[in-house]
Amino acid sequence: MNTSTFKGGIHPEGHKELTCGIKTSTARVPDKVYIPLSQHIGAPCVPLVTVGEKVAKGEKIGDGKGFVSSPIHASVSGTVVAIEVMEHPGGTFVPCIVIENDRLETWHESVRPPADPEALSPAELRSIIFNGGIVGKGGATFPTHVKYNPVEGSKFDTVILNGVECEPYLTGDHRRMLEKPDRIVAGLKYIMKMADCNRGIIAIEDNKMDAVASMEKAVADESAIHVVVLKEKYPQGAEKQLIYACTGREVPIGGLPLAVGVLVNNVGTASSIADVVETGVPFIERSLTISGDGIAQPCNYQVRIGTLFSELISECGGYTGAVERIISGGPMMGKTVFSAAVPVVKGTSGIVVMKKSTAPPPPEFACVRCAKCIDACPAYLEPTSLVKRAKRSLWHEAEAENVMSCIECGSCAYVCPSQIPLIQFIRRAKQAVLAAKAKRQ
Amino acid sequence: MLVAVISLAVMGGIFGIVLGIAGKKFAVEVDPRVEELISLMPGANCGACGKAGCAAFAEAVVAGEANPKLCTPGGASLYEKIAAVMGTDAGSYEERKTARLLCQGGFEQAKMLYEYQGVHDCHLALANFKGPKACNFGCIRMGNCFRVCPFGAIEMGADGLPVVDPYKCTGCNKCVVECPQQILELVGVSHLVTVRCLNLEKGKTARDICTTACIKCKLCEKNCPEDAVHVEPRSFGSVAVVDYSLCTNCGICAAKCPTKAIQITEQIDENVVREMGTPEDASPEPGCGSCSVCAG
Repeated sequence: MNTSTFKGGIHPEGHKELTCGIKTSTARVPDKVYIPLSQHIGAPCVPLVTVGEKVAKGEKIGDGKGFVSSPIHASVSGTVVAIEVMEHPGGTFVPCIVIENDRLETWHESVRPPADPEALSPAELRSIIFNGGIVGKGGATFPTHVKYNPVEGSKFDTVILNGVECEPYLTGDHRRMLEKPDRIVAGLKYIMKMADCNRGIIAIEDNKMDAVASMEKAVADESAIHVVVLKEKYPQGAEKQLIYACTGREVPIGGLPLAVGVLVNNVGTASSIADVVETGVPFIERSLTISGDGIAQPCNYQVRIGTLFSELISECGGYTGAVERIISGGPMMGKTVFSAAVPVVKGTSGIVVMKKSTAPPPPEFACVRCAKCIDACPAYLEPTSLVKRAKRSLWHEAEAENVMSCIECGSCAYVCPSQIPLIQFIRRAKQAVLAAKAKRQ
Repeated sequence: MLVAVISLAVMGGIFGIVLGIAGKKFAVEVDPRVEELISLMPGANCGACGKAGCAAFAEAVVAGEANPKLCTPGGASLYEKIAAVMGTDAGSYEERKTARLLCQGGFEQAKMLYEYQGVHDCHLALANFKGPKACNFGCIRMGNCFRVCPFGAIEMGADGLPVVDPYKCTGCNKCVVECPQQILELVGVSHLVTVRCLNLEKGKTARDICTTACIKCKLCEKNCPEDAVHVEPRSFGSVAVVDYSLCTNCGICAAKCPTKAIQITEQIDENVVREMGTPEDASPEPGCGSCSVCAG
């Protein structure tokens, strides 16, 4: 089979067999949901409700100002009991709207399907997607409607749906492609309409051949949509790497995919778009994988936004023993949370629980100049050199070496034989360069 | 053979004469005072004066473009020496300032949220739930100030907090700028009272996460005979703040403070000769500082 891929990358152990054969089930709806006011990249939302107010399912309870923002919606019907600061799986503390579930599941009157979804104009579709609170489901949580906004002088010619799911352990997208391929294709067609282009690609890695077969069956009647099979490699799901693997085009340094006429969306985002356009139901639930060697029964769940990690973990049979860490997202790019009392947000693609290991963490040795990190870097950077700059606080030099092009995939640290936590030093350099940029302005 | 020797000798002679003339004609005049000032400077190239280093500062002083007081590490004694070299009157000099840590949340006092396993860097630790300590206002204890100090004046103490040696500290401000929590402050050496807590949260919340937090009880405010200490509102919440223009170092507030958040610093003897640390004392990676390849 003709499979393509990108330069660099690594092959971490997938551990997908734990959950890829398990059907997505609906998790128990919790008695209380905690909905953070910031679940996307951009300005946080302002609450539209007050404590004591009754809310219905699907009601808009927070709205953001500015172009890059996304509203949030009540995922259950009930009463707002508090607005309090809580831990957010992104590693911050964020005010959350706490809703006590009345178990009536009454829908808000704004949730209703349009008369004829096919007749909607691209601008109408964009506004439905914005009001539905749709953000990228891959993890970066970029407000989706912003991507389709027409830009003077540039045009999309290809839409790529990202079904790569290269993070170990996660199988949510895999299951979706098996269970709801038609929703994904329907969403892709709306995206192609908004982006005004007539070429659609669904990219899937060759470790998910059952998903490839399922999607190929779903697009059999569509002449404009193709399924592209890619070689299994991490981080193929990264936007720029995926564009290169699928089309051979390279996004310029600091540029957007628009520069090469490509638009990338997650398969999960596409199916959410189909849902909100055809049924009017906003982004109030998502599928995620709960896995790892610290979980008794790994599984895939359809979960309301705002459900606590702890409730999902106990639904999976709890922990197998002492826990080393709980990761929100996958083990490569996810964020470790210090307690399970954090809510599921729009960007939570999985919960990975690691068992306490008996071996102490390996010590860091000096760089042996083997250049393995340079070979592994999918962004054509020299991680070892960047780390030397970062260790000596030479931020200008790091910036000149394009440290901002780093996608923080962690491949460099994964391959380093000296156990140098390269990615952390590079992250520090990016932090400092951003701070210096902000100061200059 | 002979031709070669003679021609080389002649060429050598000609070049020697030309170079000799050029050396005299194009000689760069260096003000001897610049050399003298460079030899007086602390030599840490800390940049506190705003110049590229001590040599650049010396040139600027001689050219009359820089205020000789700007060298904080050199302090009053250097200022007097510069005045002697430049032939000006030394006049008065401001009080020497040293860095003080406004946090006492060590291993025993402060509650932890989680165990941090990453690279020891305050900025990186801060990106994960505002650091491993439950207090969001205090010292992160990852030692960025210790690494950035060019004079070896900061050491990491047994309780995890940085300890500033007031004799070595020159008030160059590098640690204050580096600290992401703004928990270090430059204070004049004659001001001995310090509120060593910046936690703005309510008394109970602050006390729950740190045994030595300011709990806003206002005992300091009520007992101060000079009305010099107040629990002042900040962006949100409040914290006790000393007004140094009124404080007389009587120490009543520190004695009354129930959590010992207010501390009296020991008076330093200005006559003790400061032992200035070298950059190598503090830097984990000594080196020339340019290419960093050799340091690996």
